[in-house]
Amino acid sequence: MLVYTAKRIVLAILVALTISMLVFSLLYLSGDPATALAGESATSDDIEKIRQAYGFDRPVWVQYLSWLGNAAQGEFGNSLYFRLPVWELILERLPTTMTLGVSAMTFAIVLSIPLGVLAAMFPNSLIDRTALFMAVVGQAMPSFWFALMLIVLFAFTWPVLPASGSDTWRHFVLPTIVLGYYATPAFMRLTRTGMLDVLSSDYIRTARAKGLRPWTVLFKHALRNAIIPVVSLAAVQFGFMLGGSVIIETVFALHGAGFLAWESISRSDFPTVQAILLLFSLLYIVLTFLADLLNAWLDPRIRVG
Amino acid sequence: MTEPAGFSLDVENLTVSIPLAAGTLRAVRGISFRVNQGETLCIVGESGCGKSLTSLALMGLLPAKAVRGADRLTLNGVDLTALSERQMSDVRGESMAMIFQEPMTSLNPAYTIGNQLEEALRRHRPVSRAEARERAIHLLEKVGITAAASRLQQYPHQLSGGLRQRVMIAMALMCGPDLLICDEPTTALDVTIQAQILHLLRDLQREFHMAIILITHDLGVVARMADRVAVMYAGEIVETGTAAEVFAAPSHPYTKGLLQCIPIPGRTKRGEHLGSIPGVVPSLIGEIAGCAFANRCPHAADACRSEPPARDLGPGRMVRCVLEPGAVPQMEPA
Ligand SMILES: Nc1ncnc2c1ncn2[C@@H]1O[C@H](COP(=O)(O)OP(=O)(O)OP(=O)(O)O)[C@@H](O)[C@H]1O
Ligand code: SF4
Ligand SMILES: [Mg+2]
Repeated sequence: MLVYTAKRIVLAILVALTISMLVFSLLYLSGDPATALAGESATSDDIEKIRQAYGFDRPVWVQYLSWLGNAAQGEFGNSLYFRLPVWELILERLPTTMTLGVSAMTFAIVLSIPLGVLAAMFPNSLIDRTALFMAVVGQAMPSFWFALMLIVLFAFTWPVLPASGSDTWRHFVLPTIVLGYYATPAFMRLTRTGMLDVLSSDYIRTARAKGLRPWTVLFKHALRNAIIPVVSLAAVQFGFMLGGSVIIETVFALHGAGFLAWESISRSDFPTVQAILLLFSLLYIVLTFLADLLNAWLDPRIRVG
Repeated sequence: MTEPAGFSLDVENLTVSIPLAAGTLRAVRGISFRVNQGETLCIVGESGCGKSLTSLALMGLLPAKAVRGADRLTLNGVDLTALSERQMSDVRGESMAMIFQEPMTSLNPAYTIGNQLEEALRRHRPVSRAEARERAIHLLEKVGITAAASRLQQYPHQLSGGLRQRVMIAMALMCGPDLLICDEPTTALDVTIQAQILHLLRDLQREFHMAIILITHDLGVVARMADRVAVMYAGEIVETGTAAEVFAAPSHPYTKGLLQCIPIPGRTKRGEHLGSIPGVVPSLIGEIAGCAFANRCPHAADACRSEPPARDLGPGRMVRCVLEPGAVPQMEPA
């Protein structure tokens, strides 16, 4: 287990470094950053001053290392738009995004795992078909369109929930449904196929031959094995959700980091965009790492050599 | 009818059918047998003749779509056909246990050996974990596993196939069942391990006074283990008797064919044709008109087109063939 954990940590660090390079290079994606920063009416003198003030005149790898060193301390410089430290901006908005992410993930799991299990227990039954239908619809429907439909239905036709803002828990209901529903088809399908596979396995027959109760067979012997791929998927899906939060927070005007990312992109606020990208990527890496650990705990074949 | 004292499993006219798109697969076509305490019944027959479905039918573990029928299916006088699924699960693992052909996949990879052994006892008996652990260690030692106590913490993937099958046997014995059903318990193991496992089963049977139903397609295994033999062909029992009777005077042409091309004991591989009786098994979908063996039988005659009678050749001795047993000549070597 120790060796396994150490390997995963090294891997996570390598991935994080790669991503940091990509994020750093974003700055150069739109051409010369000094020119972009200086604005349209700037003279070449102004641009040169900015180049020196921001250190853009140094070799790229020096710039990267100093940027990385600062980033490691949470220092991303000031937002070009707000003229405030980027980390302050993000810290203020991160709770909203995390609340949305966690509640959407919870919603997705609570909806899809029981449905997936039931669909596998009664293949081709009504419940299986309903679950399949939901999955197909969920995959076919663009999330912004789904969001607009929900807003029309529950904020205007029956005004039971607010359409925008992030002040109370009620503001989170519709965004949670949209963002969470988006992840359910994959969870449901994976749970269903996993359970079907496991339920027809020899060790389930053994468990039944021992006279174990259906409940024990299902939850102790089957689900634990079927859930292993779902755990890995959950980490990936959470990453997608963070990405999706950019759209969802914008549609619902939730003041989270996703919304901030959207605004900062349209304002060319590079330091802020970089910081959010890096943060989301790191979150994703940490979650993948945790999923690996959880899987190792669930599956002794990973954990015990 | 008065029950004889002691344990017995009585099966009369057991059928297993599976509805398929092409028609109803009648995999087990009305078989009857009886197993008494301390006795080993070997069910022998080619691949696909319905041995596994028979054992699963006894355990109430048939696939969901399979349908079981029986005129009589009693264990110690208890009518198993009348039990609910819940009551049946009380019987499974308690008075009737089973081990399977695939030791590599029959244990749950996610739990320790100890966990899986203990739950088999704790499901049926109000014992503490410590007591269940004691019993598990005791049985692991009984099935010849060294360092039993430390094995409890191991996971299935850390054990070899032979060891896993021993664990399966120990698990089946946790509640001290009256009947142990072994479905080809050694087919997946290599020859020396096969011999050890069979030897172990014989010893355990003597010690625990269990009845054993041993399913195999290896006549060498039958010769070593059986008190009684039931020869199955295409879902029917075509001949039964004591092992001595069947080996000394095989009466059904199929049994003769099997014995004539007996392979070197313990060398038949899974799925391999038993010996080399030419021809193929008829389709099990729908009725089979007349004798199911007719297309492969060297003595097939017009009379075989109608259902052959089950001839009673003495107590517990039966053959299903139109020919008088004495009249069957030896089969030509294939
Ligand atoms: N779940 C199932 N669905 C459809 N047909 C099945 C199913 N299980 C078994 N059968 C069929 O029923 C027949 C009897 O199968 P069974 O497994 O009892 O054979 P067997 O005698 O145990 O063979 P083997 O020696 O290969 O284990 C075979 O023709 C098999 O194809
Ligand atoms: S009934 Fe006829 S075909 Fe069948 S085994 Fe006997 S002799 Fe052969
Ligand atoms: Mg079989």
